[in-house]
Amino acid sequence: MVRDITIGQYYPAESRIHRLDPRVKIVCTLLFLISLFIQNSLPGYVVATAFLGTVIHLSKVPLKYIVKGLKPVVILLLFTVVMNLLLTRGGETLVHFWIITITEGGLRTSVFMAVRLMYLVAGSSIMTFTTTPNGLTDGIEKLLHPLNKIRVPVHEVAMMMSIALRFIPILLEETDKIMKAQMARGADFESGNLIQRARAMIPILVPLFVSAFRRANDLAMAMEARCYHGGEGRTKMKPLKYHGRDRAAYAATILYMVVIFVVGRFVPFKLWIF
Amino acid sequence: MSIKLEHVNYVYSQGTAYEKRALKDVNLEIPQGQFVGIIGHTGSGKSTLIQHLNGLIKATSGTVYYDGRSIYEEGYDMRKLRGQVGLVFQYPEYQLFEVDVITDVCFGPKNQGLSQEECERNARWALDLVGFPEKYYKQSPFELSGGQKRRVAIAGILAMHPKVLVLDEPTAGLDPKGRDEILDQVEHLHKETGMTVILVSHSMEDIARYVERIIVMNHGEMMLDGTPREVFSHYKELEKVGLAAPQVTYVMHDLKERGFSVSPDATTIQEAADEIMRSLHG
Amino acid sequence: MEMIHSENLIYEYDKRDEEGNIIGTNRAIDGVNIDVPQGSFVAILGHNGSGKSTLAKHMNAILVPTGGTMWVDGRDTKDPAELWNVRQTAGMVFQNPDNQIIGTVVEEDVGFGPENLGVPADEIWKRVEDSLRAVGMLEYRTHSPNKLSGGQKQRVAIAGVIAMEPKCIVLDEPTAMLDPNGRREVIDAVEKLQKKKNVTVILITHYMEEVTDADQVFVMDDGHIVMHGTPREIFSRVDELKRYRMDVPQVTMLAEELRNRGLDLPRGILRREELVEALCQLS
Repeated sequence: MVRDITIGQYYPAESRIHRLDPRVKIVCTLLFLISLFIQNSLPGYVVATAFLGTVIHLSKVPLKYIVKGLKPVVILLLFTVVMNLLLTRGGETLVHFWIITITEGGLRTSVFMAVRLMYLVAGSSIMTFTTTPNGLTDGIEKLLHPLNKIRVPVHEVAMMMSIALRFIPILLEETDKIMKAQMARGADFESGNLIQRARAMIPILVPLFVSAFRRANDLAMAMEARCYHGGEGRTKMKPLKYHGRDRAAYAATILYMVVIFVVGRFVPFKLWIF
Repeated sequence: MSIKLEHVNYVYSQGTAYEKRALKDVNLEIPQGQFVGIIGHTGSGKSTLIQHLNGLIKATSGTVYYDGRSIYEEGYDMRKLRGQVGLVFQYPEYQLFEVDVITDVCFGPKNQGLSQEECERNARWALDLVGFPEKYYKQSPFELSGGQKRRVAIAGILAMHPKVLVLDEPTAGLDPKGRDEILDQVEHLHKETGMTVILVSHSMEDIARYVERIIVMNHGEMMLDGTPREVFSHYKELEKVGLAAPQVTYVMHDLKERGFSVSPDATTIQEAADEIMRSLHG
Repeated sequence: MEMIHSENLIYEYDKRDEEGNIIGTNRAIDGVNIDVPQGSFVAILGHNGSGKSTLAKHMNAILVPTGGTMWVDGRDTKDPAELWNVRQTAGMVFQNPDNQIIGTVVEEDVGFGPENLGVPADEIWKRVEDSLRAVGMLEYRTHSPNKLSGGQKQRVAIAGVIAMEPKCIVLDEPTAMLDPNGRREVIDAVEKLQKKKNVTVILITHYMEEVTDADQVFVMDDGHIVMHGTPREIFSRVDELKRYRMDVPQVTMLAEELRNRGLDLPRGILRREELVEALCQLS
């Protein structure tokens, strides 16, 4: 069911990671993602695993949740693994029958690719699990603030993002309801060719759009009624301010970057082909 | 045409952190032609229950029989079942999508594979049954008033000629007159067509006025099942689970306490007035 | 000083055909004069389409009159310079609880209004806490609004308005989409606010049970105010109410039925104790 999607969900808990400034979490997540691409060796991945493991532990988000967040990328993951396994050539041939050839290089690349992808998703989901959507948009707004000078409407974009995050679950639930209502009228979304199936979506899409516009209209009115008039003259309930812990987190991440770069590039440790 | 539920259990999001038992061992039989009310507070399982009746939700365990045949049998025609057990959801006007009223009402019959003329004939019959004026048949459903939209949406289900009509809160958001009009219309079509009507409502006063049998749901279980008089005589238990009896029932109980010789199980204004007059003059 | 005062208020909007050409005008409000004293609890009744919501939207300057004048706490809502003052003075709660909550966390939503007013952060936190406590939602401050019941969401919306410290709250059918328990929660919260904080409350509804405690009731039909009085006066005119597509509480209805059958009961009985008492007097 659509309700099971966990991406972008906040996991409420009191943890050191939760308390960090959203800007720290955004920047450090980006750095972590970069770190996965500046090296490609076993020692490097060991360092990355240690870092990610520590962060997950500190965040108090159950591992189960993070694994569940990987679900949507499973197909992509399998696809990458299989493609790399079959198409990348290099080193000795490990398996060969009929038209399938798996080489050392292929195995190596596909395993590293899989780990990299999983860490990418896990790393970003830690950020969304530990930061409220509003915190995230506040962070982005503040980080991108300099763009205001070149007339990028940063506040408006951030506000749009936070409204989208609030309404995605509502619209998903609504889609579910409309689908059921049309199924009760005998609608069939599963059979027929592509064109027939696309046509079968009309009874869902029209009511969904009508409802989304009505909601948008209502919300705009409610915001105006509460004196919303853009970002000017607005204060923040939770103004972003760096604390000691935030500086410490930056320092830890930069240290991690240095370590992973050095270890990943210059420690020649190898286990079999990895 | 009867519906029977045997040991029906339903568990939401089984195996996840959000696991919730929405229905617990529900056993229920509704014979053809009955006018049944289902009450229960939000989250009591009544919406889940009614979605089992037309197979939109499949029981985690237990069986739903329609006319003696299990609807979970291999090869059971679900689309035919949905035509026979018409389910009108809450705020049904949110499902309207066609360019005009009549085409929208034709959507159900069309899905049943009927010809264009048959569809139109059924649609006209249904729109007539809910008292929708013919001069608006070619109007866009989005331009109608709230009450009229709701009629069109109910007609959209009726046009499939269901033998059972299930209505989830059909009067939510309507004003008092709109509410009475819709419910009177439902009662009228119950009498006219003899179809089974299952009405889910929060309003005890409405339920007491129209139905012959009440089912009370609480925490996924059937708590009470009986005539309005029987069910509302348990008003203290109803209160414990966040429900209540109609106001007049309370008046009657108060009067009895103050020494009036009234039987306290009146559930409608007429019944209550009869009782009071009898006790004063009798 | 009158909180809300209108003189010959008129609101017209253009009627358009399918191509968007103006083919006439509709008058949603037609010459309404209304006075709401500071600190009172006023209910406006009317069927769907009677103009009651349109009138409510004038009190918050979401709509401005096309004729006549609306004053909110002495400010003319037509004056653009007063717009934000008017909106801060008269806070508004709408029908659909989902479509008026902006924040993804309860406390952040309640803080939204004060943020817009430019209130300093410390003060916002204090107001958020006070308002959530006033509606009994403090323990849910870190919850996601999506997981709350309808009644709880509406109370959050009310807290969001209270946090702006308005002198008056206008509630536009706040209970229309709620179940009976949710309705009770919301009405209890509103009545408590009116008594404790001396906030003027204007409740727009079509549930008669909700207005029995009001100081004054207005009934609207076709853009006019057609009835005005205390709940007791209004509910004693059962036939007239029915004509305006309205209802009366079931107890009032029963009393009326008994009167019709010849019992000598007073008019306008609102509560069940009153009816029982009156019947005891008879026997």
